[in-house]
Amino acid sequence: MSEQKNTEGSVQTTGHAWDGDIQEFNNPLPRWWIWAFYASVLFAIGYWIIYPSWPVGFTDKGYLTGVGNTITFKNDKGEDVTTHWNTRALLLEDMQTGPEAMKQKEYLAKVTKASYSQIVADDDMLGFTNAYAKGLFGDNCAACHQAGGAGVMGKYPNLADDGWLYGGSYTQIEQTIKNGRKGSMPGFEDRLSEKQKDDLSEYVLSLSGHEVDRNKAARGAKVFSGEGTCIACHGANAKGNTALGAANLTDRIWSIADVPSAADMEGKKAAIKQVINKGISRHMPAWAGRLSDDEIKLLTVYVHSTLGGGQ
Amino acid sequence: MFKHETIETHAGWLIVLTLLAIGVGGLVEIVPLYMIESTIEKVDGVRPYTPLEQRGRDLYIREGCYLCHSQMIRPFRDEMMRYGHYSLAAESQYDHPFQWGSKRTGPDLARLGGKYSNEWHVQHMTAPRSVVPESIMPNYPWLLKNKLDISDIADRMRALKMVSVPYSETKAEYDANVSKFGKDVAVMLDINRAQENLIAQAQKGNYDGNKADISEMDALIAYLQVLGTMVDFSKYDEAYFVKFR
Ligand code: HEC
Ligand code: HEC
Ligand code: HEC
Repeated sequence: MSEQKNTEGSVQTTGHAWDGDIQEFNNPLPRWWIWAFYASVLFAIGYWIIYPSWPVGFTDKGYLTGVGNTITFKNDKGEDVTTHWNTRALLLEDMQTGPEAMKQKEYLAKVTKASYSQIVADDDMLGFTNAYAKGLFGDNCAACHQAGGAGVMGKYPNLADDGWLYGGSYTQIEQTIKNGRKGSMPGFEDRLSEKQKDDLSEYVLSLSGHEVDRNKAARGAKVFSGEGTCIACHGANAKGNTALGAANLTDRIWSIADVPSAADMEGKKAAIKQVINKGISRHMPAWAGRLSDDEIKLLTVYVHSTLGGGQ
Repeated sequence: MFKHETIETHAGWLIVLTLLAIGVGGLVEIVPLYMIESTIEKVDGVRPYTPLEQRGRDLYIREGCYLCHSQMIRPFRDEMMRYGHYSLAAESQYDHPFQWGSKRTGPDLARLGGKYSNEWHVQHMTAPRSVVPESIMPNYPWLLKNKLDISDIADRMRALKMVSVPYSETKAEYDANVSKFGKDVAVMLDINRAQENLIAQAQKGNYDGNKADISEMDALIAYLQVLGTMVDFSKYDEAYFVKFR
């Protein structure tokens, strides 16, 4: 190592030397840094004065609440309340007077006053409803019914088809969403013989126009209205019962028995037998309380008009 | 002049000034804790977790769910619209440790209770992508297979009692809970009956759809289903909560 000195020459060192020649500069902090530091200190003092800060102090609240910085909002009775600045009051103010919230409220007021048929007939209202409800659907419903409403076979019904367990009218859909649903069908595993189940499955498939063994289906029809008492829920014409959520067995829409993806007749029968054996118990949560009546109305329009296409 | 050299070469100065710096930091952290009572809203319905829910909460922490999920809805309009009412301080008064935060890889869970069915939770926890195709949440299949260890539930409650969660052990503590929470809740908070209460709730709720035994899934879902459901917000004027800020 040569006797190389630092080129500036003027910078102080701390005076220590390690390993003979390693020295430490004693550089001052950069000037801009120092000024930024002092400026932050000044800013903090201003902030303490204007915003609630110290948890001690001689105000009636017991802490410093900020000087000359208040928020006025309306309480549930509609009276004005003025308070020191805080995030909760700020939120209420934002919900009550913020430009975005006001715009939304204006539309919402229009939509909630309108009847279902008026909403659907008005492009402006329908556009707002669908945009709003799509977000609600994504946050609350899509985890079960999937983003497009196609559902999961056997678990969560398809809302985008024309088949409705509980009916596809506006009022029925609204009821479903508000109060939830508990679909249940008992299992017949021990109550029917294998032969009866085989006949029954032929009969059930015949209802939706499948080519089946006519003799078996005829025997199955008897079980359907006799020992099986399927008729009590699904009805004599097997068209189902929207009061119970009993499926219509005469359409080609399947919600639980995975008939569509079965390759052959045996597979389709197995899917039906599975339902007959195990029964069904599934549950759609109630949304009243979690979602507002307005939101449920928007969702009803969305499910009926945009996804489902009603009845 | 008073240069840092003066401090670094005089141990006395160094000690005094270090203590001063730490002292300021400490005060700023500690003093507000003594003022915290006045920021806890007085609301009905908030109670400590039942033994089963508490075991579920322990599992929530064991599995690290908090690494991706917060339980704190902030008072912003967009959060209220997505998740529901903002979280109150009162709602996490019995949480040790609390689950506040803003690290949200997954959604906030503060108001999850009642949103989904038990069956959905079982399916989602074992295989999230079977219900939410784009999910990046890990599979937790073992929760369904593992039997819940309930042998130490009383000790777990005693530990929480030490940090002032009002679980009861003596008659006097039990009576105090009866007058504070009502009889039904007080019974659930009784450490002496912890095991039987836990078993009864798991069997009645049958959260995992399998009555034969009590799995870890039973406990976790019992916990998830109670999140954010204790306070009935329709009973309160929004202006009331503002008073606590
Ligand atoms: C936890 C899963 C789950 C969530 C979340 C859920 N649903 Fe459902 N939904 C179901 C199940 C299961 C059924 C079938 C119920 C039955 O068969 O009794 C159902 C049925 C329905 C039906 C009736 C379908 C028919 O054929 O009659 C409608 C409409 C519906 N859901 C709409 C919604 C809307 C809107 C949301 C969001 C606010 C939603 N669901 C959220 C599980 C869910
Ligand atoms: C207690 C009333 C009840 C009885 C009795 C009953 N069912 Fe059902 N069934 C239902 C309900 C409700 C559903 C729809 C459940 C749901 O969606 O949650 C259903 C669904 C079905 C389905 C599935 C339809 C689909 O879309 O996938 C088949 C198949 C079926 N039932 C056949 C039968 C047969 C065969 C019998 C007689 C052995 C029978 N059911 C007896 C109530 C009943
Ligand atoms: C790697 C991050 C990660 C971890 C760890 C994780 N999750 Fe999730 N979680 C997610 C993501 C992302 C979603 C959103 C997609 C979905 O619903 O699966 C989610 C969604 C959820 C939901 C649905 C919330 C709603 O409102 O739709 C629940 C309930 C949930 N997680 C519970 C848990 C539990 C309990 C654990 C611990 C056992 C856990 N999560 C661990 C990332 C995670």
